[in-house]
Amino acid sequence: MSRPDTARHAGERHGVGHASVYIVLTALALVYIFPFLIQVANSFKTDEEATNAGLALWSANWTTAAYKTLFANSDFGLWTMNSLIVTVLVTTGRVFFVSLAGYSLARLRFPGRQGVYLMLVAVMSVPGVVLLIPKFLVIKSLGIYDSYPGMILPLLVDAAGVFIMKNFFESIPVAVEEAARIDGAGTFRTFWSIVLPMSRPALMTIIILSFQGSWNELNHFIVSTQSPALTTLTKGVASLASGQLSAGNQFPIKLAAAALMTIPVAIIFFVFQKRIMNASGGAVKE
Amino acid sequence: MATTPGLERTETSAPTPRSHHARLNRQQAGAGWLFVLPMVVVLGIFLFLPVVMAAWVSVADWTGRGAPWGSNVSFVGGTNYAQVLGGQGLAGRDFGTSIRNNLYYVILVVPLQTALSLTLAFLVNKRALKGKGFYRTAFYFPSVTSSVAITVLWLFLFSASGAINAFLGLFAITGPNWFQDPRGIIHLILGGGDGPAALQQPVLFGISTWEWLAGPSVAMCAFILMAIFTTSGTFMLLFLAALQAIGEETEEAAMVDGANAWQRFRYVTLPMLRPTVFTVLTLGTIGTWQVFDQIYTGTRGGPAKTTLTPAYLSYDAAFVSQDWGRGAAIAFVLFGIIVIFTIIQRLVLGTGGIDRTTRRELRSARLIAQASIQAKGGGDVQA
Repeated sequence: MSRPDTARHAGERHGVGHASVYIVLTALALVYIFPFLIQVANSFKTDEEATNAGLALWSANWTTAAYKTLFANSDFGLWTMNSLIVTVLVTTGRVFFVSLAGYSLARLRFPGRQGVYLMLVAVMSVPGVVLLIPKFLVIKSLGIYDSYPGMILPLLVDAAGVFIMKNFFESIPVAVEEAARIDGAGTFRTFWSIVLPMSRPALMTIIILSFQGSWNELNHFIVSTQSPALTTLTKGVASLASGQLSAGNQFPIKLAAAALMTIPVAIIFFVFQKRIMNASGGAVKE
Repeated sequence: MATTPGLERTETSAPTPRSHHARLNRQQAGAGWLFVLPMVVVLGIFLFLPVVMAAWVSVADWTGRGAPWGSNVSFVGGTNYAQVLGGQGLAGRDFGTSIRNNLYYVILVVPLQTALSLTLAFLVNKRALKGKGFYRTAFYFPSVTSSVAITVLWLFLFSASGAINAFLGLFAITGPNWFQDPRGIIHLILGGGDGPAALQQPVLFGISTWEWLAGPSVAMCAFILMAIFTTSGTFMLLFLAALQAIGEETEEAAMVDGANAWQRFRYVTLPMLRPTVFTVLTLGTIGTWQVFDQIYTGTRGGPAKTTLTPAYLSYDAAFVSQDWGRGAAIAFVLFGIIVIFTIIQRLVLGTGGIDRTTRRELRSARLIAQASIQAKGGGDVQA
């Protein structure tokens, strides 16, 4: 207790300096991280070893057999391709449409604007799972069932995204746009070359959410496709989970598939960590 | 002439200020509609129209063949709803079972995820904390992975000889065979058995009092832990945004007034967090009533239907049993349940419309939390 009084006081004030906070936090962090370590470790084990010694992070006989089986005996490559196609197209489309709509609602005055806004609010209040059967009905009657358009079109706009962009546009000063308009720039040009470049933080938020959302989407693909050629990673790995590859519990293969499908979202997460961790995600101009 | 090009153009194209203004307005109105058109079309076709169609299917006898509005499909009134809500036969009992299962899921997950995420937010919010970034990352990471991948991992961790039971074994505890175990935990606490005869009669939705009181099955408990594990990070970020909006000044002011840590939390911070707590409870309730991906990937409702949820039952009735009317009816009943729960929450907590008064950053944080839970694939959370 040779620390000066002021320092001890400061430590108390912020509730740190107490080792207990660090112990609790570290223990909790371990609980959150350990499952993923177990996942990766066991994907490199043999069936028996994973089944009997699942807790061990170390194995004397590492094997990549699970990964080899996954690529040789399942459509894992095809699933990845499908997920990639859908994710890229949905994310590109969503960024564009969501920011257009958000800008319109935030800045432009047009008849029926209030009606559109109310529709958006109403649509947001419908729980997604309730829409499983309805979506199937519409997709089927439009003749786009079991096709890329059926997988992609319904995901192109997301109401929360429109609100995020609308919020952002409302937070930036209107003066710049007015100046551009006085200079004779049309509405679309003002939006495209003045407003959008200022909106990078919010656009990044939309990109991250759309990428993650369409990569992880499951139930929409369950109701919009049936052919194996259109199976995405989520649907394919879900079918692996119910054990359709061959006999035995096949834990290493399933864990390998789950680990691999997590890599793209993990990369996005670690690259944009700072933005994601700032909880309002740059969705408001500071 | 010393006029700027901009002014010159204004003069030439607009003889009087008023007509210039009118032209700008017209142009803006056109652009306004053009800009929202893709959104209106997509949401209209894939969200609004479907709801109308499903409403029809829920009161019709469509069998999945041909178009639902074809001439061979007829109006059957409330038959499908009666079948679901009447508690008669397998259809009624399955619905009752799914409601019981999901109710326990909601009752346990919502308070626990709220408490845990609030605790995590407090712990990582300290200004002087070292390694803040690492801890936040660790807690948030499960929130970005897909519910399919997490379910696969969970099936492994909670298998009979899996990591969880191996860990429990270190303390000489023999863990259950989690995902195969249909026993309700309240029944287990009461010592099992069939219960008193007085409680065996069906009381609601074809389920007896004794069955209502079963509690979540051991299998469902594994899903409950999973939900808490995967959502606490998202809600932690929401609480962090709120804590940062409050700022440390408020708390310091209370400290100067001589309030101790508990008093500061109870009487200063918590009341200011109220809107966020309300948001988290609402988003949590809406999300937990929609458990689908996990059940589809993991158990398909088993063991002994103890992980059956209304969302999964609705899918199963329509897509597996081809009983579309019943599936659509279940979906609408589920919608109703979610609306009722949200209203009850609003009445009890009495903070309806609070988000209008909170700051813009908080509104955005809420939207992002909402979108990122949706992005996980853990059931769309839209409120």
